[in-house]
Amino acid sequence: MTKVHVTTTVNGEEVEFLADPRETLLDCLRDKLDMTGAKEGCGTGDCGACSVTVDGTLVCSCLVLGVEAQGKKVETVEGIADGEELHPLQRKFIEHAALQCGICTPGFLVAAKNLLEKNPDPTETEIRYWLAGNLCRCTGYDKIIRAVQDAAAEMRGAA
Amino acid sequence: MKYHTPSTFEDASALAASAPGVTRFLAGGTDVLVQLRAEIVTPDDLIDIKHIPGVKEIARTKDGGWRIGVAVSGAELGAHAELVSEWPGVVEGMELVGSTQVQGRATLVGNLCNGSPAADSVPGLVAAGATVTITGPGGTRELAVEEVPAGPGKTSLAKGEVISAVHLPPRGDNAGDAYLRFIPRTEMDIAVVGAAVSLRLDGDTVTEARVALGAVAPTVVLVSDAAAALIGSSLDDAALDALAAAATAACNPIDDKRGTVEFRTEVAGVLVKRAARIAYARAKGEK
Repeated sequence: MTKVHVTTTVNGEEVEFLADPRETLLDCLRDKLDMTGAKEGCGTGDCGACSVTVDGTLVCSCLVLGVEAQGKKVETVEGIADGEELHPLQRKFIEHAALQCGICTPGFLVAAKNLLEKNPDPTETEIRYWLAGNLCRCTGYDKIIRAVQDAAAEMRGAA
Repeated sequence: MKYHTPSTFEDASALAASAPGVTRFLAGGTDVLVQLRAEIVTPDDLIDIKHIPGVKEIARTKDGGWRIGVAVSGAELGAHAELVSEWPGVVEGMELVGSTQVQGRATLVGNLCNGSPAADSVPGLVAAGATVTITGPGGTRELAVEEVPAGPGKTSLAKGEVISAVHLPPRGDNAGDAYLRFIPRTEMDIAVVGAAVSLRLDGDTVTEARVALGAVAPTVVLVSDAAAALIGSSLDDAALDALAAAATAACNPIDDKRGTVEFRTEVAGVLVKRAARIAYARAKGEK
């Protein structure tokens, strides 16, 4: 199987890897770049645990091939915190206990951050629909929604 | 599996035409990659058409219609205010497909060529009178959207043929369209029944109409009897009842866990009336 050399930017840093064309971006992030923040839940685009952005668009990295990332800008959960300082969304998820097992959390954080970049003041309904592709089987969604609302309020105040 | 990134549709077509094994075209990948990973379809040649110029563009055509590139995602379609205002039914059908993440990748043409009778974006395109350009080994041809699906999971495209653009006709004045589906929840589901109506008015009277149904037959169907029930009416109760009767008569659904034959047939009549009312209101300029 011929592997393809891929050069891409992940969280602002240029990286390269060799990908079998069948490998997903999720596999490449986890197995080649040791970025294990994005999780594989379903592998069919239903659960959102593998959410990343590619050129600013929220996608399931299990439904993107690694070779498709050539020349793109990929953002993952690893890029959300500023060094040791957590992003407001991350702090509010902890404060509101918006996670239990944590498998879905990276996907929720990436998806919520993408929402707040487009809409700094979303309604509860808008948040719920935006996050409908992120499944959590532990907490129920109320704490997650409240954490996103609280983070959005803080970010608007800080801006 | 070989991964190809042709820069023209002619090259994409030639690659597919000369490939000895299984080929798939890749745009959004929200069906192709699921099938690949589940080993339902394992392509020997995967042809990524996103490197072809123009595939991400939504452009006004000379006649006042639209040309939509084959890699335009649902999110991009929904973000195009002018297109949304002219063809809200087409756009709302596509926007019902999947989650935010899926919307970032999924395309009209992918939804069409996946061949599902329940494809949410297809009834709206059919009602709109949309056509596609197909590039093949012998050149290009135009085909009405309703002629593309040939059965569940099947299309009428021949080996080496690839859809290279979607065309919407000029919307014109006093016209509106709408798409509704029934699902047992509010989001993230597959249509049990889908109904799309596009119509034009002269005063209060419907002068042109097209009606399409999804998930009630082996393919999305254009129901000319249902359109005939609307034309000449002012959407009075008698016309709506005739519309519903024509729509239910066109149903040939399956029984499955998502809905029985009786339920799907009944709901098709209900939804098509509601969609007609919305399209009528939009044609009148009401929100």
